[in-house]
Amino acid sequence: MARTRYAPDRGLTVRMTVTMFLLGLVFVAFVAAIIGILTAVHASGAAIVLFALIFGGGSAIASLFYSDKIALSAAGAKVVTPQEAPELHAIVDRLCALADMDKPRVAIAPTRMPNAFATGRNSKNSVLCVTEGLMDHSSLTPEEKEGVLAHELSHVAHKDVQVMTVASLLAIVAGLLVRFAFYSELFGGGRRSANNNQGGIPVVLIIMAVSVVVYAVSFLLIRVLSRYRELAADRSGALLTGQPSALASALVKVSQGMSRIPNEDLRAAEPLNAFYFAPAMKLTRGGGGGGRNGGGGGPSLSQLFSTHPSLEKRLEQLAKIQRELGQPTPGGLSAGPGE
Amino acid sequence: MGFLDTLLGRTKPVQPKLDDLFALPSAAITLQASTGFVPTGSGSVCFRSVEGKTFSDIESEVRDLLNMDAGKPGGGLPVEVTKDSYGYTWLVSSHLSDELDALVTDLHAVNSALVDNGFGPQLLCTLVAFRDERERRLALVYLYKRGTFYPFAPLSGKERDNALEIQVKNALGDDLKIEQDLTRWFPVWGAPGV
Repeated sequence: MARTRYAPDRGLTVRMTVTMFLLGLVFVAFVAAIIGILTAVHASGAAIVLFALIFGGGSAIASLFYSDKIALSAAGAKVVTPQEAPELHAIVDRLCALADMDKPRVAIAPTRMPNAFATGRNSKNSVLCVTEGLMDHSSLTPEEKEGVLAHELSHVAHKDVQVMTVASLLAIVAGLLVRFAFYSELFGGGRRSANNNQGGIPVVLIIMAVSVVVYAVSFLLIRVLSRYRELAADRSGALLTGQPSALASALVKVSQGMSRIPNEDLRAAEPLNAFYFAPAMKLTRGGGGGGRNGGGGGPSLSQLFSTHPSLEKRLEQLAKIQRELGQPTPGGLSAGPGE
Repeated sequence: MGFLDTLLGRTKPVQPKLDDLFALPSAAITLQASTGFVPTGSGSVCFRSVEGKTFSDIESEVRDLLNMDAGKPGGGLPVEVTKDSYGYTWLVSSHLSDELDALVTDLHAVNSALVDNGFGPQLLCTLVAFRDERERRLALVYLYKRGTFYPFAPLSGKERDNALEIQVKNALGDDLKIEQDLTRWFPVWGAPGV
């Protein structure tokens, strides 16, 4: 019987489930609050809510459909054929065969900092993009490159673009509601106040306040979810190649490379942050030298807002995987059928 | 991957399919009858090594196991171990041209050793080499995760003889499970033993 060394990480599973449950809970509470408010005062804000839902849903679907094209053009990347980039294609071919997944399109972006991202709405339409800096022979060893690519392929396998789009839908709708409510109050407030003003506070203002709270809470939860998805991709990537320490050293190199790159590059790359292997811009004062400022105190503000987990967290997880893979076979080695 | 796995960001490492490999000896006879290609007697298993001592111990045990019969009649030559530039390990087993059964048994021993020790997901592919009288090279590549075969015919340089590959595909359609998705027929340039 085939044994497996690849047990799922229960802790990560539980934390991710809780995060998604909370997001769902906020969503339900939000809808309930809106319906409650509207029925309590006999309507009038319904049009705004409907608008926000249609616009928010529409923009989420559009961003899902065009995610690959948007990301590629934002990065200035070009899809390459196996003839143009044989080495890159060969690594991706082998990883896809190991993981038994459809091969995504492969693109190269003309950026000097080593990084990579994967996007696309489904496995047939995904694209894996690396920067020229990553393919540069002086930056990463072949094993490290492979680790980065395995991490990105895991994002594709986990359908992270779809999951994060659905997760951000709520924040988009809530954000739109705030804006719509604000404008309608500015331009049409006078007309409505005649029949709604029993308590003194206009309905639209209440909806706005609820939306602000929902937006803030869901924004934080989405960031939490994004960090867990990164850890999950690290984990699957390391298990796929069987080389957690190569992925770890790639992480260190890529994060350190970040802090040395001039600012224009970083700002240009920043909108793509959520997709990248390592974030292009950091909010911390500690900057790229993440290894040094670990430890003490509670989670800092920058960590709370970050799309990626801290370098220490990622390295810690990879060290754990390394230990798991190195465990001796229970009952001693068994070599083949011919004893 | 199931819905729950997607939601939770888990990938189950894919276990290899081993049994379809045993269809090779009879397929080789069909191949010879229809295209004139005969086995060279050499074949290889390609897998992604895992870092750490546990895996390298297993690797050397497998090598010892295969070498036990080396030199005896039907035992073939000692296995050759090479590492390619992508970090994959190739175990090459060489037998006489008419000992395809013994070769497949050797390859299977490698597979089951990895699977029994929990490293089945690391298996990438297996190659069995063929030649015709014009010395054209051909390999049948077995993809472990899909349980399918595809032909790979390297020419000089980095070119493939696609016409020959399609011809072999059609010849073996009834004997082997051929990979239907052509995008998965990736080239294995410089594979040892081809």
